[in-house]
Amino acid sequence: MRIVVDRDLCQGHGVCESEAPGVFEVGKDHQVVVLEDAPADDRRAELEAAVRFCPTHALSIADD
Amino acid sequence: MAVDTGLREPGRVSGGEGATGHLEELRSDPIALMERVRSECGDVGVFRLADRDVVLLSGAEANEFFFRAPEEILDQAEAYPFMTPVFGEGVVFDASPERRREMLHNQALRDKFMRGHAATIATEVERMVAAWDDEGEIDMLDWFAELFIYTSSACLVGKRFREDLDGRFAELFHDLERGTDAIAFVDPYADIESFHKRDAARAELVRLIQAIMDGRESGPPVPAEEQDLVDVLMSVKNPDGSHRFQADEVTGMFISMMFAGHHTTSGTAAWTLIEWLRHPEVLARVDAELAELYADGAEVSYQALRSMPLLESSIKEALRLHPPLILLLRVAKEDLEVEGYAIHEGQMVGASPAVSNRIAEDFPDPDRFVPDRYVDPNEEDRQNPWTWIPFGAGRHRCVGQAFAMMQLKAIFSVLLLDWEFEPAQPAETYRNDHSKMVIQLEQPCVVRYRRRAVARHGGGAA
Repeated sequence: MRIVVDRDLCQGHGVCESEAPGVFEVGKDHQVVVLEDAPADDRRAELEAAVRFCPTHALSIADD
Repeated sequence: MAVDTGLREPGRVSGGEGATGHLEELRSDPIALMERVRSECGDVGVFRLADRDVVLLSGAEANEFFFRAPEEILDQAEAYPFMTPVFGEGVVFDASPERRREMLHNQALRDKFMRGHAATIATEVERMVAAWDDEGEIDMLDWFAELFIYTSSACLVGKRFREDLDGRFAELFHDLERGTDAIAFVDPYADIESFHKRDAARAELVRLIQAIMDGRESGPPVPAEEQDLVDVLMSVKNPDGSHRFQADEVTGMFISMMFAGHHTTSGTAAWTLIEWLRHPEVLARVDAELAELYADGAEVSYQALRSMPLLESSIKEALRLHPPLILLLRVAKEDLEVEGYAIHEGQMVGASPAVSNRIAEDFPDPDRFVPDRYVDPNEEDRQNPWTWIPFGAGRHRCVGQAFAMMQLKAIFSVLLLDWEFEPAQPAETYRNDHSKMVIQLEQPCVVRYRRRAVARHGGGAA
């Protein structure tokens, strides 16, 4: 499981940070930083919520 | 992006033979003009605005190009000449519009501030309805415009500033919004009544802000936690001790912060309500949804941040059918190519939410109000990220989207739990006035309200 960010779309609202703390962080430059590129499977529900509630649809999960 | 030789020139839409091209049609029936561009020319077509071409894009592929293009290629700053006199020409900001948007975003619109905003908004609606009788009528344009002045000033500038405002501020703001005639593409200072009123309103707003600043200057100091953006801006001093920001600049900043979210949210609230009144079977289901969500006495400030599927879908569908911004514009900074067509440096490039939101291939039965099109597994908004574009898309996507949705959820929670509404005029007579670039409801746009026999509002909103 890998997190993909579309940089053209991210505006740094920080919803992902609230949904999955520790995986995402939005700094003062209002760009998301993915702290864990390949998070453990037991966090899938949180990550799916982050993807789902991202206001700009900038996130997706790739299963490779 | 390299431009191949042998690119086709996009087709030109019919009409617009006069000296100002399609300007008059844009001022009278802009949606018909833009739909004709798509039906005659396809995804890429041209209409003429005075001495400039506007290349109008529609459909997923062309829209994706438009929304992904960086500022250096499709420039937004030059594209809206009708906004300069509203924000104030010659007002010097420390930061670019982009940077100011970023600041606004970081300070007021981040996810972590939303709970506090929700409580503030619920309080503001309660204050407005406190003036209502058990039944009566409101003009939606006036009522929502005033409400959203209070909510946006309280959330974006601060509660202290909101307490300095009354209905006058909303009326002046309305004159600014009416001062956006497309004639500005020819001359932003043309000798027409709406521009005179716009300039008079802006001058009066500066006087109001000056009076507020004078009052702060001579008044007692307030504790840091009660300070608002006016106090913060007044605390910035030049080396000689004078204020860095004068009333004119402060006014320009506040107008630019509040403008984008005002007429847009106000129109969306009105159109959501209108569509419910036209579709009482949907409203009954929304009522039931709210009754269940608030059955345990939940607070509006808590619930407005959570899922309200049918209420949210209703708002989305009102936005799709009646997008507050019908034409998004940029200026091409170099020669470009889209779908095999040439765009030339200096041309204006547009995308139209009004056209793309109703493309039948993406949104079956496109003219019908069907909130269920957003419910799992349809989710037509997520499936069509480049044509479901009431908030735009890409890097310039509306930064206030989450704030706006939360705000509408909070407002309708208060309104629908305690009140019932019905049309006070034939339902088909509610319509938009398209004569200005800022679209507003055409008056009259009256609805009747009645207090519910049993208020279902479990928890206090405040």
